[in-house]
Amino acid sequence: MACLDNKIVLQMNHIMKIYSNGVVANEDVSIELKKGEIHALLGENGAGKSTLMKVLFGIESPDEGQIFLNGQETTIRSPQDAINKGIGMVHQHFMLVPSLTVAENIILGVEPKKGGLFIDMEKAVQEAEVIAGKYNFDIDVRAKVEEIPVGIKQKVEILKALYRGADILILDEPTAVLTPQETDELFVQLEKLRDNGHTIIFISHKLDEIKRICDRATIMRSGRSMGTYEVKDISTEEMSRLMVGREVVLTFDKKPAAPSGVLMKVRELSVRNGQGVLKVDSLSFDLRGGEILGIAGVEGNGQSELIDSLTGLNKSYKGSICIKDTDIEKCSIKDIRELKVAHIPEDRMTSGCAGNLNILENMFSNQYTDPDYSGKILLKMKKIQERSEELIREYLVKCRSYKQNVGMLSGGNIQKVIVAREFSTGPDLIIANQPTRGVDVGAAEFIRRRLLEFRDAGCAVLLVSADLNEVFSLSDRLAVMYKGKFSGMFTDVAAVTEEELGQYMLGLKHQEEQEGVIYE
Amino acid sequence: MNSAKRFDMFRMFFSVLIALLISFVIIFFVSKEPVTAITTLITGPLKSKRNMGNVVEAMVPLIFTGTGVCIMFSANQINLATEGGFHLGGLVAAAVALKLGLPAGLSPIAAICLAALAGAIFCTIPAVMKIKTGAPELVSSLMINYLSLWLCTFILMYALQDPSVGSASYKLPAESELPTIIKGTNIHAGLLLALIVAVLGYVFLFKTRTGYELRLTGENESFARYSGINIVKVVLISQMVGGVIAGMGGGVELLSPIYSRFSWTSLLGYGWDAIIICTLAKKNPLYTPLAALFLAYLRTGASIMARYTDVTLEIVQITQGIIILLVVAEQFLSGMKHRMIAKEAKASLKEGEVA
Repeated sequence: MACLDNKIVLQMNHIMKIYSNGVVANEDVSIELKKGEIHALLGENGAGKSTLMKVLFGIESPDEGQIFLNGQETTIRSPQDAINKGIGMVHQHFMLVPSLTVAENIILGVEPKKGGLFIDMEKAVQEAEVIAGKYNFDIDVRAKVEEIPVGIKQKVEILKALYRGADILILDEPTAVLTPQETDELFVQLEKLRDNGHTIIFISHKLDEIKRICDRATIMRSGRSMGTYEVKDISTEEMSRLMVGREVVLTFDKKPAAPSGVLMKVRELSVRNGQGVLKVDSLSFDLRGGEILGIAGVEGNGQSELIDSLTGLNKSYKGSICIKDTDIEKCSIKDIRELKVAHIPEDRMTSGCAGNLNILENMFSNQYTDPDYSGKILLKMKKIQERSEELIREYLVKCRSYKQNVGMLSGGNIQKVIVAREFSTGPDLIIANQPTRGVDVGAAEFIRRRLLEFRDAGCAVLLVSADLNEVFSLSDRLAVMYKGKFSGMFTDVAAVTEEELGQYMLGLKHQEEQEGVIYE
Repeated sequence: MNSAKRFDMFRMFFSVLIALLISFVIIFFVSKEPVTAITTLITGPLKSKRNMGNVVEAMVPLIFTGTGVCIMFSANQINLATEGGFHLGGLVAAAVALKLGLPAGLSPIAAICLAALAGAIFCTIPAVMKIKTGAPELVSSLMINYLSLWLCTFILMYALQDPSVGSASYKLPAESELPTIIKGTNIHAGLLLALIVAVLGYVFLFKTRTGYELRLTGENESFARYSGINIVKVVLISQMVGGVIAGMGGGVELLSPIYSRFSWTSLLGYGWDAIIICTLAKKNPLYTPLAALFLAYLRTGASIMARYTDVTLEIVQITQGIIILLVVAEQFLSGMKHRMIAKEAKASLKEGEVA
């Protein structure tokens, strides 16, 4: 468990990084890494973890501060430079070429050559197998990346870094896309790497994972380091206090649900994606007012296609969707919104906001036609200003004023702007797709509380989330989506264990008879 | 004003300055009397009332097309049909003035209204083609300008031509001419109309429901769609409004005291200039008069220089080109911007510690 010796391999001293939008992402941050340790970098979103790692990996250059590698002061000019110096990074979003094989991905850019010109494929496969064997990664290196599951893709990313000679490995939220089983496997690998003398930086805001696998943790809060701690000496509560600056309630006191009438009725819904692949497979379910229906599942099992159809973004589906007795087949997105449906989109930057417009302009895109905020032609700017100032206060959006461009805010604050917009219309039905993804603990808690408040007020909530804690703590009914169908439906959420859920998510288990899906 | 906006202004001035300096260097190389040439370029427009008048007259069409393009580009529709819309507007205004025989007062109003209508229909064609067939508006609008040019030339030759002068229409009746507002110059009522259009363009984009929909669509189309905005409607309206303004501009220009006949047998280039105006005005119609003043001044100066010295008019094209390149090159001076912002951020950190 402990480090091999106490040799310091890397020191980052007094790093300051200011972005071009004036955001001080790192303000005098120092961190020290020992050989053979798993070092957690812990903090809320916008705390400056990613920035610090971008500085280390040569993506960003610091405004102040020094980096010492094995005692020598050094400047890291580019990711290539970082790789040459033995630093590897596994990004949250995989950087792999799907149509190439595992071996081809591993050697990409540093290919073994035949005659100085052609790629020596045999040697490439051999080398990939050697490196996989060396670190006990059980991977078929001839498989195409597009055909392997997420957990394996992550291993390929790690192997890619190791192949390039990384001694220091940066993992950016590596478990975000993994099932509990895959996470377990990853942790075993990481421990092996550590025992091999590698240093691993583990970026995360999941406290239980840090407790499980990390030796030391550096905690960051709003661009500053809150200190480095031995993980075994610090409690989860203490860590979260350092992270957010106050105690976070990790569980919710939830009143029992009091479901009313059915607000949304989905029957035999089938959706194909652009390539003609069946993504939602004759799915039927009901959603009642006053309840939260959670949908868990590994990403890409039809959740996005389901949500797109429910919200009117996708019109080519088979089957029927009724919201409050209105069949939405002929409804425009605006018509659906007028049925008092709110939608928190999966990806906030692509469809949730316009980064170059200011907070005010982003807060009214769903209600500017409301007679309170505009006449037939002109907008009532004064009223809109007052209302957006009110919403900024109510939703605790950290900003200079409503005139600030949304693109200049941190991820959590952008999400708050979106949530404020969607919730401020007083919806009857909320469709929330990954509402707290990449959002800091404080903001996530805030958003979850709001969802519960709406449910208590009789609103129907459909919650799609990859965060198991979230679906567990919020859902009144919990469905697991696997290959376009519900592989399981649980009406007693408290009785389900994470492991069991994981098995449904991976399709290892499947309920034939499902209770409580529809009410007729 | 925050520091980022201030920096943008500074960068704009700096780009203009660099462009001018490069032009001066070129003048030094090609001219036998460079100092005279440069002095004429800079002070020429101020030398006489007539010259100053020329600057202001030249602003009018630039404000019109610039405002039109600001609105089209705000919806992220790179429609270049303004050029053809302006041309067509001129022809329609000439036809109305010559053929309808309306009394003074009514004649220019009718001519400008119909010119605006023609511009609207013309500029909407690329938008319709995009919606119906998926044709990229950049390409279709670029090519359609030639349709406008040759259609107008055809109509000129077969319906409006005065056989005694060749490729020009009959003389426009006095009833249709826009009145001069400052004696001793050709500055005409069209200037007032242009300024009104710039202000209304601003109000439309920033204060109305449709303008908001338009900017939202321009900034992020999938966000606009998700919000429930009808994208097709927005695209059509933006191009139509842009076309109205372009067509109007063409009508006003032709009815101004500068022209006595319709004699446009080649594209005048105001549509291209509009892109420069739009870039300098940062897509805000309210700034188009300022941008137009700058460009008009430079051109008037250059034409005076070309008349009195050995430097040709084309030097302005170089200046324009450099300005556009520098303004749109986002990374230009980015290091300096970063240092400025970092300094400010550090200062506010220190302040925070003291307080």
